[in-house]
Amino acid sequence: MTPPDYEYLRKLLKDHSGLDLSADKQYLIESRLLPLARKYGLSGIPDLVTKIRGGAYIPQVVEAMTTNETFFFRDKVPFDHFRDAIMPDVLKARAARRSVRIWCAAGSTGQEPYSLAMCLKEMGATLAGWRVEIVASDLSQEVLEKSKAGIYSQFEVQRGLPIQMLVKYFKQSGELWQINPELRSMVQHHQLNLLHDFAQLGVFDVVFCRNVLIYFDQDTKINVFNRLARSMEADGFLVLGAAETVVGLTDSFKPVPERRGLYRPNGARGLAAAMPRVAVAG
Amino acid sequence: MKTCLVVDDSSVVRKIARRILEGMNFHIIEAEDGAVALEACKRALPDAVLLDWNMPVMDGFEFLVQLRRLPGGDQPKVVFCTTENGIDHISRALHAGANEYIMKPFDKDIVVAKFQEVGLLALDAPTDA
Repeated sequence: MTPPDYEYLRKLLKDHSGLDLSADKQYLIESRLLPLARKYGLSGIPDLVTKIRGGAYIPQVVEAMTTNETFFFRDKVPFDHFRDAIMPDVLKARAARRSVRIWCAAGSTGQEPYSLAMCLKEMGATLAGWRVEIVASDLSQEVLEKSKAGIYSQFEVQRGLPIQMLVKYFKQSGELWQINPELRSMVQHHQLNLLHDFAQLGVFDVVFCRNVLIYFDQDTKINVFNRLARSMEADGFLVLGAAETVVGLTDSFKPVPERRGLYRPNGARGLAAAMPRVAVAG
Repeated sequence: MKTCLVVDDSSVVRKIARRILEGMNFHIIEAEDGAVALEACKRALPDAVLLDWNMPVMDGFEFLVQLRRLPGGDQPKVVFCTTENGIDHISRALHAGANEYIMKPFDKDIVVAKFQEVGLLALDAPTDA
């Protein structure tokens, strides 16, 4: 790949997805885009770049570069937080309203939202009569389609998913496994770019935003965090990936002690919304 | 060091499993069928059993049933590892006391994930297979 082509693709990806590639990620572009070039019958990356400069294949290129590997109950710890800290708190704080809204901001192919749906089902009667909403959003329409279908290969269902859950929540069809309709109906899908306004999704009690902001530059991260805070309840929870933090970037969120990757809003919107509850409690 | 009994009639599969599990810091004992595996368990119970289903002499299911009847036989974590990928086989295995279930073909990531699932491996344990 020529340096001008690389610079062109870097800028294109930055503008369209926030993906901030450092100067030495040629191999990443080549490994992701060469299969794409082949798929469209092009000879290689230079050919593809020519087409992109002509305005073609931009969504496909962005998709190929931003799709990440995922699996059920990835990293385990966030789901322990969800079961042991987040939901017990939500059950108390929302006892009057009996509803909870959860957003997977990089829902990808569905493993994360469906893992949360399974956690909620495992809580059984505790949530009887509650309205539970899980919103899964992703930049890529292609991965959202896969998420909606909820169909996974034998390989995918063996990474992170306990066998009891596979038996309990999936239906087998040959070598493929489909998550059952009840769990699928718990998850709504929206195509969404985190760089754009997401206020239309409403306000959430819990936001999972894992391993997506790591690709953004600092200003973009700050911008997204501040807008996330405005889309969350004052006493909500934000879950980030293992290698991510808000510390040093924004005071919109504060870390929850002893809970790695778990944060709570800390801002002005939080204060205003929290006031009535404080008054009632007092 | 924890011990894992690898039970499979294919020496190739045993060899692959051995390489993966040794990378996870397990001491490996091999058995080519359920009967040999059961004799090994009567001598000393392993911490873990990676268990094929279809084998000559005694199959993996029969071995599991016999193992769970031994004194202390409820202790070893048993992970099936078989081409039998039907829900009926999986349910039978779990009912008979299997702790986890791998559908072949498998790789290191799957073995690590399943061993973590049953508590045989810490979440942050280094693996170098």
